[in-house]
Amino acid sequence: MRRFLSFRDFDWGLLLLVLVLCTVSVLEIYSATLHTKYVGFHTKQLLYISAGVVAMFIISKVDYHRLLDWAPWAYGACLLSLIAVRLVGHKVLGARRWISIGSMQFQPSEWVKLVLILAVARYFANLGGKQLEWRDVFKAFALVGLPMVLVLLQPDMGTALTYSPILIAGLFLGGINIKQALILSTAGILLVVGVWNSGKVLKPYQKARLTSFINPDNDPKGSGYQIRQSLIAVGSGGIWGKGAEKGTQTQGDFLPIPHADFIFAALSEEHGFVGAVFVLLLYFFILMRLIQNAQTAADLPGSLIIMGIVAVLTFQIAVNVGMVIGFMPVTGIPLPLLSYGGSSVLFTFLALGVAMNVRMRRFVN
Amino acid sequence: MYSDFGNRGEKLSTVKSTVVQYGILLMMLALAAGLWRLQVLGADNFRSLAEQNRIRKVPILAARGKLFDREDRLVVDNYPSVSCFLMREQNRNVDADLPLIAQGLHVDLEQLRATLRHYRAAPGYQPIPIKQDITADEQAFIEAHRNELPELETIDEERRLYPRDGFAAHLIGYVGEVSEEDLNQSRYAAYQPGDVVGKAGVEETYDELLRGQDGSRDVIVDSHGREVGYLRTQHAIPGQDLKLTIDIDLQRTAEVALGDASGAVIAIDPRNGEILAMVSHPSYDPNAFAVRINRTDWNRLITDPRHPLMNKAIQDQLAPGSTFKIIMSAAGLQEGVAQDMRVNCVGGGSFYGRFFHCDKHHGVLSIQQAIPLSCDTFFYALAQKLGIDTIARYATALGLSQKTGIDLPNEMSGIMPSTQWEMKNYHQRYYPGNTISVGIGQGETQVTPIQLVRALSGIASNGHLVRPHVVAADQLPAQFRQAVLDSFPGSGDKSVTLSEDTWMTITDGMAAATTTGTAAASHIDGVDFAGKTGTAQVVGGGDTHVKGGARTPNSWFVGMVPRRNPEIAIVVLQEHGDWGSLSAHIAQAMVTEYVNKKRQQDHNILDRASVSKPVEVGAIWSDPPPVDRKRHPAADQAEVLHGGHFFVDPGQAKKAVATGLAPLPAWFTASLPLRRQERLP
Repeated sequence: MRRFLSFRDFDWGLLLLVLVLCTVSVLEIYSATLHTKYVGFHTKQLLYISAGVVAMFIISKVDYHRLLDWAPWAYGACLLSLIAVRLVGHKVLGARRWISIGSMQFQPSEWVKLVLILAVARYFANLGGKQLEWRDVFKAFALVGLPMVLVLLQPDMGTALTYSPILIAGLFLGGINIKQALILSTAGILLVVGVWNSGKVLKPYQKARLTSFINPDNDPKGSGYQIRQSLIAVGSGGIWGKGAEKGTQTQGDFLPIPHADFIFAALSEEHGFVGAVFVLLLYFFILMRLIQNAQTAADLPGSLIIMGIVAVLTFQIAVNVGMVIGFMPVTGIPLPLLSYGGSSVLFTFLALGVAMNVRMRRFVN
Repeated sequence: MYSDFGNRGEKLSTVKSTVVQYGILLMMLALAAGLWRLQVLGADNFRSLAEQNRIRKVPILAARGKLFDREDRLVVDNYPSVSCFLMREQNRNVDADLPLIAQGLHVDLEQLRATLRHYRAAPGYQPIPIKQDITADEQAFIEAHRNELPELETIDEERRLYPRDGFAAHLIGYVGEVSEEDLNQSRYAAYQPGDVVGKAGVEETYDELLRGQDGSRDVIVDSHGREVGYLRTQHAIPGQDLKLTIDIDLQRTAEVALGDASGAVIAIDPRNGEILAMVSHPSYDPNAFAVRINRTDWNRLITDPRHPLMNKAIQDQLAPGSTFKIIMSAAGLQEGVAQDMRVNCVGGGSFYGRFFHCDKHHGVLSIQQAIPLSCDTFFYALAQKLGIDTIARYATALGLSQKTGIDLPNEMSGIMPSTQWEMKNYHQRYYPGNTISVGIGQGETQVTPIQLVRALSGIASNGHLVRPHVVAADQLPAQFRQAVLDSFPGSGDKSVTLSEDTWMTITDGMAAATTTGTAAASHIDGVDFAGKTGTAQVVGGGDTHVKGGARTPNSWFVGMVPRRNPEIAIVVLQEHGDWGSLSAHIAQAMVTEYVNKKRQQDHNILDRASVSKPVEVGAIWSDPPPVDRKRHPAADQAEVLHGGHFFVDPGQAKKAVATGLAPLPAWFTASLPLRRQERLP
C-alpha cells in the first residue's frame, strides 16, 4: 500500500513559491507596522509561518483517504464548535468569533473551511462523477449551508462567503449540468436581491460597507474611508513604488490595518505596480501548480480536495485584492499567506499540506 | 474502507480543470488591469491626493501693528492667545462630531453649524475659525481629543488689547471678523472669510498697514492629525506700528471731564490738524469685539438711545447754537455790515412780524460786546441784513455742510440751509423769516463737533483751515497716504481770506467771553484762553434747563489757546447739557492740563537745551549722612549745606534716560498712561 511514499515526491517547487511569498509578507508587515502599535508583528508572523510549515509536513504524512474517512466526524465537531462559539465565545468588536482553550484563542470558522473542503470532496467523490440529481444538489447545499449560516450569525460575513467557492467548485467539478447551473444561479441572484431588500438579514453597516466601494467619496469619513485611503495608497505607489518604509499612506496611519486586510495596498504603495504584479504572479504560479497536482492526482477525491483548496485561495485573492483596488466591497477577508494572522496562515499551510499529501500519493496503486 | 475511493477509476475532467485555469488567468489579468489603472494611469492624481492627506496648511497669523500716542506711549497692545480652527482637508465628515465640539468648546451648536455653512463655499484647505481666545480648559479638551477630533487645530495668535473702560474707543475703533457684505466690496478683495479686519476708527482706516501679512506652515500629519514634521514655513510679517497724534494725558483729562455725560470732546492743533484728543461718550469696550461679541451685548449697544457706538465727535449733527455767532461775525465783518452796527437789545426784537427772544436786556451793543455776551438780538439783526445765502456762503467756505476729510470712517457732513438747499430738498422758496434763527445757530443748521472746532479755530488762525487727522502722515508710505486722502474727501486744507479787522475783532471777542462774558467762570489766570459758548435748543423741546432731560438744550463750547493763531482748540459738546458755560469748564480743565504740561516741558532743561551745549545749573546740597553712624535728630542740625554752579551736558543725560537701565521710580509709572499699569494678569 505504501510503496514509493517519500518526501522526494513532496512538491518542493510549490513550497519554494510559498516561502518566497511568506518572505514578502514578513518584510511588508515589518514595514507597515513600523510606526503603529502593531510594531513587531512580523516576528509573530514568522512564528506562525514556522508553525504552519511544521503542520504542513505533519498533515502530509497522514494519508488523505484517512482524512476523508474522518471528515464526517470532523464535520460534526465543526458544527458543535460553531455552536459553542455562539454560546461561550468572546465578543470582539461586536462579533462572537473566538473561542479560548486555556490561554490559546482560535477561530473555529477558519478550520471549518478545511473540513468543508474534505467533506465536499468526499461527498462528490462518492457520487462518482455521474450526472447530479436535484436531490444531490440540495444535499450539497445543506452540507455547506449549515456551517455557513452558523458563521453568518456570529456575524462574520467574510468567512461565511469563503465557504461558497468550495460548494461551487464541488458542483462544477462534481458533474452539474448546464440547465441546473442556470436555474441555481438565477435562484441565487433572486435570493441575494431578496435578502438585500428585506432589510432583516444584513445590518445597515454591513450594507453600507458592501456598497461604499462603488463610490467611496459619498461618505469619505465613514464607510468609504478605508476604500478611499486604500485607493490613494495603491495609486500613489506608481510604477516603482515609494520604497520600503516610505509609503506615506502606510506610515502615516491613513491606511487601515495595513498589516492584515490591507497589506496588499501597503505593498502596492511601497513597491508599486512592479511589486504588486510580482506578488500576483507568485499567486498565479502557486494556483497553476496546485491545479497541475489536481490533474495528476491518483483518484477523483484527491483531485477534488486540491480543487477545493484552489477555489478557496482563488476566491480570497480575488476578493481581497479586488477590495484593495476598489473592485469589491470591504469584507474583511485576509489575503492568504500575505496578511498577518495566525489562523489564516495556519489554515493555508494545512490546506497546502493536504495538497502535498495528495501529490505524494499520486503513484499509489 | 477508504481504499474504496481509489478503485473506481474516475478521474478529474481535464476540460473542466483547464476551464478553471483559464478562469484564474482571467481573474489575474483583471486584477493586474485594475492595478495598471490606479498605479500607472491614475498615479499623478493619487499622488496629489496622498499629499493632501498628509500635508496640512496651518496659518501663522501676523501680529497687528501697535498704536502709540504722540509721545510714543503705548495705547493699543497685543497679547498672545490661542484660537481653535477646524480643518476640512481631513476628508472626514465632521457633522457627527459637532455636538461634541460644541460641548467641549462651550459654543452654541446651532451657531457652530451656521459657521460651517458660512464657509461651505470657501476653498477646502482654508481653516474655519470656530472659537477665538480659548481658555486653558478648552485647550486641554482639544489635546485630549486629538484622536476623536483630528480636525480641530489650535493656532497661536496675537490678539488686540485695547485700553479699558472705552478709553479713546471711537478713535481707535476695533477689529472683528470680516463680514460677508464687506467681502463683496472691492476694497476687501484681498481678504478671505475669517480674516480679522479693522471695523471702526483707526483700525479700519489703517487696516492695510496694521494687519501685516499672514504666513503659513506646511505641517505633515498622520491620520490622527498628529504633527509628524514640517515641510516649509513662510513667516508672518507683522503689521506696521502707528503713532497717533493724540496725547494720552489730554485724552484722559477729556475722558474724565466729560464723565457720564453724553457728548463729545475734541482737542486739535489748528496749526497742522493733529487731533490731540477725541472723546465720545457713552463709550464701549472694544475688547468685547476683539473676541466675537455675543448677540445680547451687541443688541444692547445698537439699541441704546445714547448711541454708544456712534463717534459723536464726527458723526453727531446738531444745531451749533450761539457758537455759530462767530461764523456770523466773520460774515458780517467781511461784508462790511457789522463794524458800525449798533443794536438795542430789549430782551429780544421783532423781525418779519414776529418777536424773537434774547435771554437778557443787553441794551445798545456793538459787535465787540455782542460776541462775549452772546446777545441774540444783535445777531438776529445781522442775519436779517446779511440774508441766508451770504451766511451760507461764509459757512460753507469755513467748511460747514461738508466733511472735513478726517482720516476716520463714516464722518457726517452736516447741513447748512440756503435758498438753493431749500429748493433742492423741499422744492420751495426759502422763507426769509427762517434766517433769523439761523443767525443764532438754530433752525435747520446742523454741524458736527469736528466741523465746528475746525471752522472757529480756522477763523482764529486768520482763515487758515486744516484737514484734521489722527495719524501723522509722515509715517505712511506715499501711496497709502494718497489713498487715505482720496478715500476721505472733504474740504481739507484751505485758506479763507479774512481782513485784519475781522480777525482781531472776533479773536478779541472770544477772549472777552472767557474773561467777562458768558464763560467768565472758566477764565484761567495767565493763559490767553478764548472761546465761545453755545446753548442750542433741541427741536421740539422747550427751554426747561434740566440737565440731562430730553428737552434740555445741547451745550456747546469751542475754545482755543492763545486767542490768535492758537496751538490748541477744543470743542465740547454735551447733549442736553444745558448752558454752554457748563461745557466751558471741561475745556478749561483740558487747557489747564495742556498748559501745565507745556510749562513743565518748557522748564525741563533737558528738553529745552540743544544737545551740543551744556547747561549751567545752580544748586544747594548737603553731604550724605555717614554710613557707619546711626542717624539721630541731632545729625540733621549738624548738616552743612553747600552751594555752587555746575554744567550739565543734556546730550549725555538724555542718553541715560533713554536707555532707562535704572528701575523707574513709583511716581514715574504713576503718571504713565492707564495701559501700562493695567496689564492683564
